[in-house]
Amino acid sequence: MGTVDVKVMERHQKTFWEKSYIPEIARGLGVTISQFFTNLNPKKEERETFTIEYPESGTAHYAPRWRGQHRLMLREDGQVRCVACMCCSTICPANCIHIEAAEHDDPTIEKYPRVFVIDELRCIVCGLCVEACPCDAIRMDTGVHMAPRTDRSTSFHQRDDMMKRGGLSIATRAGQRAIDEKEESR
Amino acid sequence: MPEWLISLIKIAVIVFGFVMAVASLLTVLGDRKQSAKIQNRMGPNRAQLFGKGFLQNTGIPHFIADGIKMVLKENTIPDGANKFLFLIAPMLVFLPGLFAWATIPFMDHWCTGEIQVIANHQEICTGGEWKNYFQIMDINGGLLYAFAIASISVYGAAIAGWASNSKFSLLGGLRSSAQMISYEVTMGLSLAGIILLYGTLDFNEMSRMQGEQLFGFLPMWGVFLQPVAFFVFFLAGMAETKRSPFDLPEGESELVAGYITEYSSMRFGVMQLGEYAATVFIAALVALMFFGGWQVPWLYGDGFHFGAPTGTPDIAVPYIVVVVLRISAMIIKTLFFVWLQFMMRWTLPRFRYDQVMTLGWKILLPISLANLLVTALLAAIF
Repeated sequence: MGTVDVKVMERHQKTFWEKSYIPEIARGLGVTISQFFTNLNPKKEERETFTIEYPESGTAHYAPRWRGQHRLMLREDGQVRCVACMCCSTICPANCIHIEAAEHDDPTIEKYPRVFVIDELRCIVCGLCVEACPCDAIRMDTGVHMAPRTDRSTSFHQRDDMMKRGGLSIATRAGQRAIDEKEESR
Repeated sequence: MPEWLISLIKIAVIVFGFVMAVASLLTVLGDRKQSAKIQNRMGPNRAQLFGKGFLQNTGIPHFIADGIKMVLKENTIPDGANKFLFLIAPMLVFLPGLFAWATIPFMDHWCTGEIQVIANHQEICTGGEWKNYFQIMDINGGLLYAFAIASISVYGAAIAGWASNSKFSLLGGLRSSAQMISYEVTMGLSLAGIILLYGTLDFNEMSRMQGEQLFGFLPMWGVFLQPVAFFVFFLAGMAETKRSPFDLPEGESELVAGYITEYSSMRFGVMQLGEYAATVFIAALVALMFFGGWQVPWLYGDGFHFGAPTGTPDIAVPYIVVVVLRISAMIIKTLFFVWLQFMMRWTLPRFRYDQVMTLGWKILLPISLANLLVTALLAAIF
């Protein structure tokens, strides 16, 4: 029978002052007090507060791929770019896009959305509609948060509201995008 | 002006203008903003009053919104609660915190004539009399009165715990009464040394004696005479206010909210306010007995005297300025100790309940007894 190797760990013996806690409490107070005065600094840059205050601070520091409320892009003549192909409403996992197509007057454009409603209460902000769109008609790069509402009906975003947020898109049809720097940087 | 009108004005200014204002603002500034600053957060800054930006970052509109919310909320009384006791318990917690201020002086008596400083830094009023304008009630047992009134709030917590008909409340009430009674013993004994030295129970007289000088330059504040007593008294006082790290009576991890579990709406608010008022009161007591009260170092009735008084002050200061300086000294000292108590609250983790009792009975009580013994010996020898 062999003997069991027991490794004796050396314990940290507390000194008298450590046991009394008085210097330790003073040290802890020192930390909190220094933190308190650091964060009272009138120069905001020298504080250690991490909080970003959303509406005041703006959205300039957001990543370019950050997804906010939807917008519908426009053609050069101000009409909606959407051709009511139903790609976005098909891929939408939350079924929040409702499109009613209608015939367009221009013979070169087949359809346009007579009704285009996004239910922001159901939207899960996944961005699949943007990925699915073949003609760069819908984007989520407005930088506007989904705001809390008191009235449910205001969360149904109509086509014209989203067109108001939209801008000119000069992407060529069928996927190829000519990236316009001005447009990409909102 | 008749005597009773002066008293009414004093009560209004001191109780409502100072104590209530400070105590209720503490709920926002002390508790929420100060903790936010310590923890690298912003704290409440969303509520708006008179449009955007007005005092918004200070969080003060939140304090008004909180008050309105508290008043408008439904007031529930649990089934099986003793209605009468349930309703008077918040008052028993809150009112002692206000009554106790009756003997706290914010300034020495007002001298209607010429003020003179004689040897030993005594102030003498010639051609006039001392008028009691800065203290609600001038009694020579002020300290006894303050302690007697302050200890009534134990009943409030215990009654609130019992009358709520809830296990959590009952346990919280038990804990708070045990804790407050234990620490009151220590508080009283730690002050015995200082009473021995000053030989008076009158707060004003105590402050006056702290104007004398030690070794010819150091103001004779209580903290220099009795540092151990200050330490013990401050700790026991913090335990007395039932704030963290001694907030076992409302330890939410095991007791929901202790004796205030069943209280809602403004009754809950009053319970909280009572605790804050007690915090301010302890701070005022510490300032009065250990940090010279309304004394500004080296400032006397007619100006600054460095060293022994020679009849004319080294720097002459008009009496009215002296009064203003002294009142603000008292207020600033009080606010500083309130701030320090909150700093302690956000620094230290909560004790276990047996540790609280051990600290009270086995550590602080022997220290205060030893302090009293040594003080008594020294006082007898010198």
